[in-house]
Amino acid sequence: MTTGNQKPKDTDNLNIEIRLLLEAIYLKYGYDFRDYSFAHIKRRILHRMNLAGLPNVLSMVEKVLAGHDLIQHLLSDLSINVTEMFRDPEFFKKVRSEVAPILQTYPHINIWHAGCATGEEVYSMAILLHEEDLLRRSQLYATDFNNMALRKAKEAVYPISAIKEYTVNYQKSGGKASFSDYYTARYNSAMIHNNLKNNVVFAMHNLAIEGPFAEVHMIVCRNVLIYFNRALQNKVIGTFTESLLPGGILCLGSKEDLQFSEYFRFFATVDPAHKIYRKKYDSTY
Amino acid sequence: MTAHTDTRVKFKAVVMGSSAGGMDALTEVLSRLPAGFPLPILVVQHVSPISENYLVKHLDSICKLNVKEADEKEQIKCGTVYFAPPNYHLLVEEDGSLSLSVEQRVNYSRPSIDVLFDSAAIAFGAKLIGVILTGANNDGSNGLLKIKEAGGIAIVQTPSTAYVDSMPLAAIQKADPQFVVPLSQIAGKLIELCSVE
Repeated sequence: MTTGNQKPKDTDNLNIEIRLLLEAIYLKYGYDFRDYSFAHIKRRILHRMNLAGLPNVLSMVEKVLAGHDLIQHLLSDLSINVTEMFRDPEFFKKVRSEVAPILQTYPHINIWHAGCATGEEVYSMAILLHEEDLLRRSQLYATDFNNMALRKAKEAVYPISAIKEYTVNYQKSGGKASFSDYYTARYNSAMIHNNLKNNVVFAMHNLAIEGPFAEVHMIVCRNVLIYFNRALQNKVIGTFTESLLPGGILCLGSKEDLQFSEYFRFFATVDPAHKIYRKKYDSTY
Repeated sequence: MTAHTDTRVKFKAVVMGSSAGGMDALTEVLSRLPAGFPLPILVVQHVSPISENYLVKHLDSICKLNVKEADEKEQIKCGTVYFAPPNYHLLVEEDGSLSLSVEQRVNYSRPSIDVLFDSAAIAFGAKLIGVILTGANNDGSNGLLKIKEAGGIAIVQTPSTAYVDSMPLAAIQKADPQFVVPLSQIAGKLIELCSVE
């Protein structure tokens, strides 16, 4: 076993192989992970390499180019995002107190959940809107570029083991009813009630490569930008700025910040701690 | 020359992990480090997802070093201790900036010590010191081994001085650290390792 000094050359070569793999995925399949945070990408690629029993990253490049089903696993690995219902209960509490009154003034509300993954956040928002008597006039668009995640999101079936935590989150978020009102428990699963799904449309959309999805009053994109480098973050925030109607609301994750973006000047801060922003009315965009 | 480019620099960072009993253990270690301690310190303390992270504010008020919650894309600097935020994994990039992630819990934990230690071993190689303190699960044992395999230094708190000894015991068994040190001497050990020859 080496007590070894890790040779910088080895690290450099490994990083080059990883960049080759990302380039291959982009050129062959059109999915662009080249501007993602590198440590995150590297971790997931090396994890898949070990799971697949492959000797090195270069062999993964070969398999991707050969059309091997490794690509499906990689896409899943690189796009998977773990989410919970009512994650960051304080955020949802602020949406109730600061954002709902703004939404009340619109006769019809369009909301875009960008990077919705398996849908927990979308249904949390649907529950909140229902309790604030806003769901009826809302249309929620939930997008992601991971097809399997979208399918799971449409099904809206979640493990019973997670329900306890979700219940606590829901209560701490200012939930007005009982969390059990919103799902049916069956064996090991909890099925979200259909009436919460009626106002949700799920669609494929790739934030890294596509532009605006729709013109909306509110965008929720939480803990997606953390995976992107600064350049890609800025591009995506530009897309959001374009998609939002004047006065529209942008919600980011608790550790994400709009102030590092060149588009920050188009926004006013509604709640700095919970990363809720509002597009100014007089932005000439 | 910054530490990043100075090839004479022996270490570039310290990473630490703790769980049950970590509040007191971290206080003991970090409060003894001088303001001029030459390495950035990255810490994973297991906390509840809805924690307000008072530990960070408390430590900042009593330590000579700056103590803060890590922000994504932040460049790490000496004189500062960076804590992983509740419910996020903390990773360090090869350019010395921080990244956050929301992957599955690792060893039932998010933030996970293994996730931080893994990324730090990749980023810093032999120029890394890893420290495991008190705790009740095995998180960090694999990560500490990776640090050692990459040529870095592994330090574990002497189990008999730990509030809960299972994490230090697991780390000792898995990683065979170069140093097993009583809590009260860990700060001194870090200072000694960093001192110029």
